Amino acid sequence: MSYKFDFAFLAEKWPAFVAGAWLTVQLTLLSIAFGFVVGTVCAIARVYGGPLLRRSVGTYVEAIRNTPLLIQIFIVYFGLSSLGLKLSAEVSAVIALTVNMGAYTTEIMRAGIQSVQRTQLEAADCLGLTRLQTILHVVLLPAMERVYPALASQSVLLMLASSITSQISTEELTATANLVQSDTYRSFEVYMIVAVVYLSLSVLYRLGFWAIGQLLFERRRRLGTPL
Amino acid sequence: MIHLNANHLLYLLEAARWTVLLSLIAFVGGGLVGLPLALMRVSKVGPLRTLASGYIQLVQGTPLLIVLFLSYFGLGIMGYKLIPLVAAGISLTLYAAAFLGEIWRGCIEAVPRTQWEASDCLGLGRAQQYIHVILPQAVRLAIPPTVGFMVQIVKNTSLASVIGFVELARAGQIVNNSTFEPFVIFSAVAAIYFVLCYPLSIAARTLERRAHAGR
Repeated sequence: MSYKFDFAFLAEKWPAFVAGAWLTVQLTLLSIAFGFVVGTVCAIARVYGGPLLRRSVGTYVEAIRNTPLLIQIFIVYFGLSSLGLKLSAEVSAVIALTVNMGAYTTEIMRAGIQSVQRTQLEAADCLGLTRLQTILHVVLLPAMERVYPALASQSVLLMLASSITSQISTEELTATANLVQSDTYRSFEVYMIVAVVYLSLSVLYRLGFWAIGQLLFERRRRLGTPL
Repeated sequence: MIHLNANHLLYLLEAARWTVLLSLIAFVGGGLVGLPLALMRVSKVGPLRTLASGYIQLVQGTPLLIVLFLSYFGLGIMGYKLIPLVAAGISLTLYAAAFLGEIWRGCIEAVPRTQWEASDCLGLGRAQQYIHVILPQAVRLAIPPTVGFMVQIVKNTSLASVIGFVELARAGQIVNNSTFEPFVIFSAVAAIYFVLCYPLSIAARTLERRAHAGR
């Protein structure tokens, strides 16, 4: 093998990578947060809603989970703009990622909500809590605690999947890599660096989720055991 | 401007065959690499375990898109010019192997310990234990999540479009370039993906339910 690795371009290009990684972080944190809200609301609707509501949430979840993110992104960016709703690449990316994350979160949170014991609901009833109070104060946190590892994994997967938004010219990490490699012709080095950055980001995200979990779930923090 | 017509839809359907082919390559390749990975993950030999889990961590922590770029552009510049189908096949194989390896490891570990102990008592060797006792039981556990993962494979073949392989997603882009009706076209593309994936999702769910009903 006669190939010589050359990372000299980094001296000049590293700010571009940092900017790209920062945009990746911003896009994904926003989408994870919005997606969590969407998913939780949909999960509540899926479990406690009327038949029509349950059905429509089910359709949403199946439609998103059985089509590629790439096509979803195209529909939001190219499709909506052709219908007259012009959105920037970044906004389209956040919308598509949120819709995607929301569908997966719905399924995860639904499992969590359904795992809350019946006796808890009965106890809440006896205390005279309303439906909404029961969901907010009794159901939601333990439900989330049970499925927290799945939520964390899904969020890391979403962060990795955000690389696909490079296809609509969102200037995040992967798009930056494409740009730099077309400038320097050092594609192998560029993509290796970016792979390492993504790997570090996924480790960071896992650490972050662990820390948030420790803060959020008192029982886990005190006893060190899951629910 | 050309309007969307039946020929375009036919073109999409033809391209969908490549999506199916690529999915099959990824699934078979991923299975062939994934099974040894799963066995390495539960091996008694420490370095083998570390190697396998290192590989899995590496692939699961990197976007598939980057793996694709590495194998297509990266290897291309290093002198191994791959055609898009091969590059996509390799990348998807590497990706599927990491996930299938991890899924199957879970299934092997889910076989009760007592089965290992009983087969030990019967004097079976390690290989015999796997072939006659552990794997037949692990396979039954593995079928539902494996079918579920096939949905991910089918969806992720869409990424092969970015290195110019004309499968369903790329065909959608090509049709869109001539007709410029992105909403309709990409909805049609999404619908075709849905038709490919939804039966798999249903099958995975049904199998899962049946597996649990048995206990």
